Amino acid sequence: MSLTDRQLLSGDSAIALAALHGGVALGTGYPGTPSTEILEYLSHIGGKAQWSPNEKVALEVGIGVAYAGARSLVTMKHVGLNVAADPFFSVAHTGVVGALVVVSADDPGMASSQNEQDNRRYAVAAAVPMLEPSDSQEAYDYTLAAIEISERWKIPVLLRVTTRICHTQAPVQPRAALVPPQPRFEHDLRGRNLIPSNARPAHRRLRQKLSELTEWSEATPLNQIISGDKKLGIITSGVCYMHAREAFPDASFLKLGFTHPLPLKKIAGFVRSVERCVVIEEGDPYLADAIRAAGLMVESKPEMFRFGELNVDRVRRILAHDHSPEPVRPPGKPPELCDGCGHHVVFQALKNLDCIVAGDIGCYALGVLPPYSAMDCCVCMGSSIPIGLGLRHVLPPAEARRVVSVIGDSTFVHSGMTGLAEMIYNPPPTGHVVVILDNSTTAMTGHQEHPGTGRSLDHAATGKVVYEDLGRALGIKDVRVFPLGKDCAEFQEMLIAALASEKLVLIVARRPCVLAAKNIREYEKCAACATAQEVLVK
Amino acid sequence: MKKPVNVVIAGLGGQGVIKASDILSEAAFRSGFEVKKSEIHGMSQRGGSVTSDVRFGPQVFSPMVPPGEADFLVVLAPDQVEVNRGQLRAGGVLIAPDLIDPAALSNRKSFNVALLGALSTHLEISEDNWQASLHAVLPEKLHVANEQAFAAGRRAVAARLQP
Repeated sequence: MSLTDRQLLSGDSAIALAALHGGVALGTGYPGTPSTEILEYLSHIGGKAQWSPNEKVALEVGIGVAYAGARSLVTMKHVGLNVAADPFFSVAHTGVVGALVVVSADDPGMASSQNEQDNRRYAVAAAVPMLEPSDSQEAYDYTLAAIEISERWKIPVLLRVTTRICHTQAPVQPRAALVPPQPRFEHDLRGRNLIPSNARPAHRRLRQKLSELTEWSEATPLNQIISGDKKLGIITSGVCYMHAREAFPDASFLKLGFTHPLPLKKIAGFVRSVERCVVIEEGDPYLADAIRAAGLMVESKPEMFRFGELNVDRVRRILAHDHSPEPVRPPGKPPELCDGCGHHVVFQALKNLDCIVAGDIGCYALGVLPPYSAMDCCVCMGSSIPIGLGLRHVLPPAEARRVVSVIGDSTFVHSGMTGLAEMIYNPPPTGHVVVILDNSTTAMTGHQEHPGTGRSLDHAATGKVVYEDLGRALGIKDVRVFPLGKDCAEFQEMLIAALASEKLVLIVARRPCVLAAKNIREYEKCAACATAQEVLVK
Repeated sequence: MKKPVNVVIAGLGGQGVIKASDILSEAAFRSGFEVKKSEIHGMSQRGGSVTSDVRFGPQVFSPMVPPGEADFLVVLAPDQVEVNRGQLRAGGVLIAPDLIDPAALSNRKSFNVALLGALSTHLEISEDNWQASLHAVLPEKLHVANEQAFAAGRRAVAARLQP
């Protein structure tokens, strides 16, 4: 099968294929469910894609690509955009030359996330155009549309998808490839240096672009009316369109694909054309609030449907004003740490010592579940170290001495390093103990490489961040590397000593993820072969 | 509008639920149907419950099988049968894990494909399209074991239908 045939693709793969066909010069991102597969597939089909340490860095690399006149795709899960928000807001002000498409993969229902934020709010807050596909075909088409919009208005575009778009496979018919621009640099000192005297006119230029995009939004076929029974009109976007169309096949629909800025004139016309008009959307009442603020009378969902994903049944309930308790599915088997996982040893020790554990995002968050129940908080990427320090600063010494921060290797590279700088700069009186749980991969999202593995996205050897060297360079005097085995006693002894020292201690507890170990050995073998061949060639 | 065929495949992380749904959706796609396949990844990789919804027919809107509307429920783990039974419509068909003895398969890991073989006896998908899909989705070294498992699944259904 060729890449131009009609084929079954997930939304993630469809975005990647469109990036390839759209002439994207570089895809960047940080792994995060449900966005991870976009860059993996882009690399797999021959595009250039690379993991960054975190989403902020990924977006900043993407901005550089777009400033150089080339096309850029930056991918992340919804909470990743919080990390990347700083450059995201500002690049809207500077504008771009080549396309800059930012993919935010939201996770309504929190299948694998720490919160349920609705990133459509970011399009409004940062003043960037937003597209919301409703299936894989549209994920493909809208990625290409996003590239075209971004270059036409010289503005970053938010492609907002959700779990059911990313991880649903559906047929995709690719279309003709776009011709990529030739990268070249042109100075634009006033446009891209956001000192206040430049930023003030930049903000006005941004609002002018949005005003033009509002007019464009009224006319674009991305916002489509599907005429049906005039008794019921449904305004919707994303996968919710599919649920609503199935639940009420005969209704009239205003299907919004371009959801910021909204086509309020078109919406007003649609609202007036039907007897009853209902907005169907997951998460926040983003559409309903905007439509009502424009003075249009539409029904919105009651608060109970703000939580979790929608589906056909829930859409029927919303339309029927059925607010009765919904059937609860019997709980399935919860996930757990794999047999042989190195994290077992660490959490057994933390439990035995009754430590106060500031945790982080990753597989090891499963340490909060039985049998260990040995994690006291898990808030956001990198938070374990600063939260642990905060606890240490104010708790009575007897409790403060039991505080430990645990953080995974990929998470440490993502946003743990600034926590270590804070620890050196503002050490608590009782010291602190940080454990990097180094399983040599980004395990939770499916074994992606990161700067600490020394391999790039396609597993080829590259530069490597060494945590113990980094810790020492930052000024931590007591840095220990502990190869995890199956026995907990030795690790526990070391942890007791580290806690008792009342100094700053960094422990790198190392054991490759049991699921990834075999592949890691293969990659290392390949790297060794490649090095040997290079030596031969020389 | 003709309704799509709704299949829910359920099991535990690592059992091949997703792979089975890949094979089914590819076979349905090759048969000329519109297809949508949807599941939740992520935490499920760590041995937790996994379900995958496959819908195919002349037209498919929602990627998720509405609760209680599955025509077929294929379950790979005994303890996941009751958890998912509510997905099945009245008169829907349960393909339960006790239909096949994994020990009787040349490769236990092809248990998922054996249950697909059992499912295939109920669906309008040709043997050729199943074979083509198995070959497209699985690496070559696994083809023979999975073809055998698929056939074993078909035989198990036939044996049950014997008076």
